[in-house]
Amino acid sequence: MVSTQTPGSDHQATPPAGTPDRPGRSRPHHDPRGPAHRTSAHRTSSRHTWRVVDIVVAAVVAVASGVVFWAWNLAYAGLGGVFLAFPPSSGLVAGMWLFPAVLGALLIRRPGAALFTELVAAAVSALLGSQFGLTVLASGLVQGIGAELVFLLFLYRRFTLPVALLAGAAAGVACGLNEAFLFAWFPEYTLAWKWLYVGFTGISGIVIAGLLSWLATRALAATGALAALPSRGAHREPAGRG
Amino acid sequence: MTAATVTAQGWGWRHAGRDRAAVAGLDLTIPPGQRVLLAGPSGAGKSTLLHGLAGVLDPADDSEETGRLLLDGVPTRELRGHAGLVQQDPETQVILSRVGDDVAFGAENLRVPPDEIWDRVRHALAAVGLGEDEGIALWRDTSRLSGGQKQRMALAGVLAMRPPLVLLDEPTANLDPAGVLEVRDAVLAVVEAIGATLVVVEHRLGTWARHVDRLLVLEPGGGISHDGTPAALLAPGPVREELAAAGVWVPGVVPEPVTPAPGGPRPAAEPSGPARSPRRDPAGHRDPAGHRDPAGHRDPTGTALLSARDLAVSRHAVRPGWRRRLGPPPVPVQHGLDVTVEAGEAVVVTGPNGVGKSTLLLTLAGLIPAHAGTLTATAALKGHGVRLPDDPHRWPARDLVSRIGTVFQEPEHQFVAATVREELAFGPRHARDHRTGTLRWSAAQARGRADELLEAMGLTGLAEVNPFTLSGGEKRRLSVATVLATGPDVVFLDEPTFGQDANTWAVLTGMLRRLVTEGSSVVAVTHDQDFAAALDARVVELT
Amino acid sequence: MSAVLTAPAPSRPVAGSPMERAHPLAKLAALLPVTAVLVASMDWVSSGLVLLAAVALLPFSGIRAGEFLRRAWLLVAAALASAWGTALVGQDTGRMLLEAGPVSVSEGSALAGAATGLRILAVALPGVIVFATTDPTDLADALAQRLRLPARFVLGSLAAFRLLAMLTEEWRVLGHARRARGVGAGGGPVRRTTSWLGQVFGLLVQAIRRASRLAVTMEARGFGAGARTWARTSVFTAGDVRLVLGGCALAALAAGLALGTGAWNLVWA
Repeated sequence: MVSTQTPGSDHQATPPAGTPDRPGRSRPHHDPRGPAHRTSAHRTSSRHTWRVVDIVVAAVVAVASGVVFWAWNLAYAGLGGVFLAFPPSSGLVAGMWLFPAVLGALLIRRPGAALFTELVAAAVSALLGSQFGLTVLASGLVQGIGAELVFLLFLYRRFTLPVALLAGAAAGVACGLNEAFLFAWFPEYTLAWKWLYVGFTGISGIVIAGLLSWLATRALAATGALAALPSRGAHREPAGRG
Repeated sequence: MTAATVTAQGWGWRHAGRDRAAVAGLDLTIPPGQRVLLAGPSGAGKSTLLHGLAGVLDPADDSEETGRLLLDGVPTRELRGHAGLVQQDPETQVILSRVGDDVAFGAENLRVPPDEIWDRVRHALAAVGLGEDEGIALWRDTSRLSGGQKQRMALAGVLAMRPPLVLLDEPTANLDPAGVLEVRDAVLAVVEAIGATLVVVEHRLGTWARHVDRLLVLEPGGGISHDGTPAALLAPGPVREELAAAGVWVPGVVPEPVTPAPGGPRPAAEPSGPARSPRRDPAGHRDPAGHRDPAGHRDPTGTALLSARDLAVSRHAVRPGWRRRLGPPPVPVQHGLDVTVEAGEAVVVTGPNGVGKSTLLLTLAGLIPAHAGTLTATAALKGHGVRLPDDPHRWPARDLVSRIGTVFQEPEHQFVAATVREELAFGPRHARDHRTGTLRWSAAQARGRADELLEAMGLTGLAEVNPFTLSGGEKRRLSVATVLATGPDVVFLDEPTFGQDANTWAVLTGMLRRLVTEGSSVVAVTHDQDFAAALDARVVELT
Repeated sequence: MSAVLTAPAPSRPVAGSPMERAHPLAKLAALLPVTAVLVASMDWVSSGLVLLAAVALLPFSGIRAGEFLRRAWLLVAAALASAWGTALVGQDTGRMLLEAGPVSVSEGSALAGAATGLRILAVALPGVIVFATTDPTDLADALAQRLRLPARFVLGSLAAFRLLAMLTEEWRVLGHARRARGVGAGGGPVRRTTSWLGQVFGLLVQAIRRASRLAVTMEARGFGAGARTWARTSVFTAGDVRLVLGGCALAALAAGLALGTGAWNLVWA
């Protein structure tokens, strides 16, 4: 039985009848203690099925990203002054908020990883009192989708450096477009400035969200911490086509 | 309640990404209701076996299973949730933020009807001593529980699932002595009440030896090497010797501290070259401190290195200026302390959980600012004629590292390099000579020092390995070595022997003893009485 | 869930304030139209109205003054910074109020600045109220039981969220541990950034290790196997319906008032 991800699959009324490779297997004997204890999931080794460890690691990486955001605000809050000279350049640090998407996908390597990690990171920001209120969730969604589309493009088979950089760029551009045009947080900018802002967020996405996440994945794999994940061998993979 | 029969038929498991099997050729039958203690050297596959019994080993593409592992005749992989598992780290045994919700979690997963769940939750909590009678409400915040309470709550969560098999993977390794007994007694009470089969993995056999029926010893990459009753196997004899040699804590045997070889890490090792500490006289001898008379008693008039008067310590700093109003002010966990650390002495700080031992340690080490009172580093520590503030908290990190070393409880917190050798060379490369303000060791000297330490610690074969991939004992030795590499006069350690096997304990204790006799000071927060005795330490008890 | 259970679960004592008792999804559903109106138009009328409503709701939220000030001052600072930036950079129309070298603030740009600042506050403050009064476990129950999102993902995220406080403390400990090794706070910006990144790496390692152990704990309790029952039920009450209607009404009022007074200023125009 392949576990599906459609909403509602967790609310099936009856447990599945048995595993496909054991057609003759009978149902478990009636357990006097209560409902059947037998797990029905015969885990397939499909590369696209999320296991519990994938979900929990992605979510904890997102929560750790929330801590990093907080630490960044603490340490670099004064950095805003640097951008007063040319305000759209504040997009250069936008990549900080995008790295969960790319990092999550590189670590978990399953469909939806980029989107899920970015959404959970956005939810953590919201619960910690982000100044963007409810819109931070929408931003997370847009940014996560940006990165996710790139990994989808490569059919979730390629997690090399160019793919990571491209995903970072996509998330960055999505972020820039979202902030400058959709939510229009900078009404005073001219159109040229707004596009420059998008350019800067794109660059920031490439460097911070793309490159740093890729380097981090390799370093994490080298520590052995990723033993339970598909990316356990990331430090041995070639950077380019592989 | 029913108990499960465990059967292993030539069972083996190789984890994904590894070359060698963790367990191979395991043949075992555990009859229902038996209590089994599982022991063996580190890396013997004990955790793998427990995970296999709990049904959580993932049959991913890379991993390989041989043979069969059965619970009442059914492969364990299909019976996830049938066996209850409690592991070592209390923080990750907690799932939800309220006690009642956490204990109900397992029962919810087993599709128990909601009205029955809360009955089971209350019974389970009462059985482990965390019920409403003991003052723990169902909505109590789980992060406010102590380590022992968290482990007992995990046990209650398992109990609410009515398991026929209870598995414990070093449940007391990260607990203080009081917590160890509290958890042990709760487990025994629970197993007695539900009559389940019990399998416990522990390094410290003394806690369980008298309460289990059977002792199994696993060997690395293989199966069972010894199988018998604890009384028979742990009586003086070859099995006991073998276990002790493998680092297992055999009841009644206190390991002998291993004195490092003469070429061992010496804090006073002088670098060749002009950079010479003004604390020492031109011949290179240290300030004599703590003379010992022939009977071995320490001369109490030693040189003071750190002196704290009326010290109050708190975990979080007092916010400066106007920001003070932004939130509740930090409350000091200890106040009015007068502590002096003299050269060449060993001090051990003890006290109940949460009393502020670690906070005091970090404050004395100059890592956290003092809440109130004064902390002074004397000229003997700073170096004569050196202009540094009296409070070590205000020193730059490079000056701190050559005078005061701190070893944290989790070695991984202090790893900053990609290989073991670089890790050892990091400190010397950054330590600053106070007189000239430049680096105390050149890059080449730092490498040389790293090589010396590698040899002394027996880590030469691991020089190019990533420090995070070392075993627990190796990481502990490495983290202590990295701190000693810069030759500090005072070394602070936070629970150095926590969760360590007997061999690492012996090496560590020997190394620290050597440090003290050579004139450095060692201050450790610990619950370990044997450690304090081996160091002949002065005890500072906090209340 | 055919029978409506009105009693909260035994592990949830009845919350204090009305906002805390409200259903998380109702609060979000009330917030959505309001935020949509604020996003659509940048004007001081709609922003001001929403801000007033939010301030009026504060006593019902149970947020203590001290905690509120702590969260609010950051928001106010951000709003002020943005307002000032707009006033400086925006087009100069009307009377010049301040002119000193590159700094030029006119009446028009000052008003635009005020609108920007108010909009930020109006978006943020209701968000703070909603999220500060929402318990994560309640939210997870609501998402899984009412919105029918997959329980594995929702509960996995909830368990991860619980580790937030612990990971924050771990960040601090890492800072102390690295200082004890000689990783200093000094040095140029490049060195400080690389050392900060090293601390982030250390945090990620610990986070992933803990996550792997937590996953084993959850799996060993039977998690992830499909259908499950719920010990706590997430129920809507009449008050929640009123809250959602109130949110829609506020959004309509804000939009209507702005349109009526002519202050409506569509950002996408």
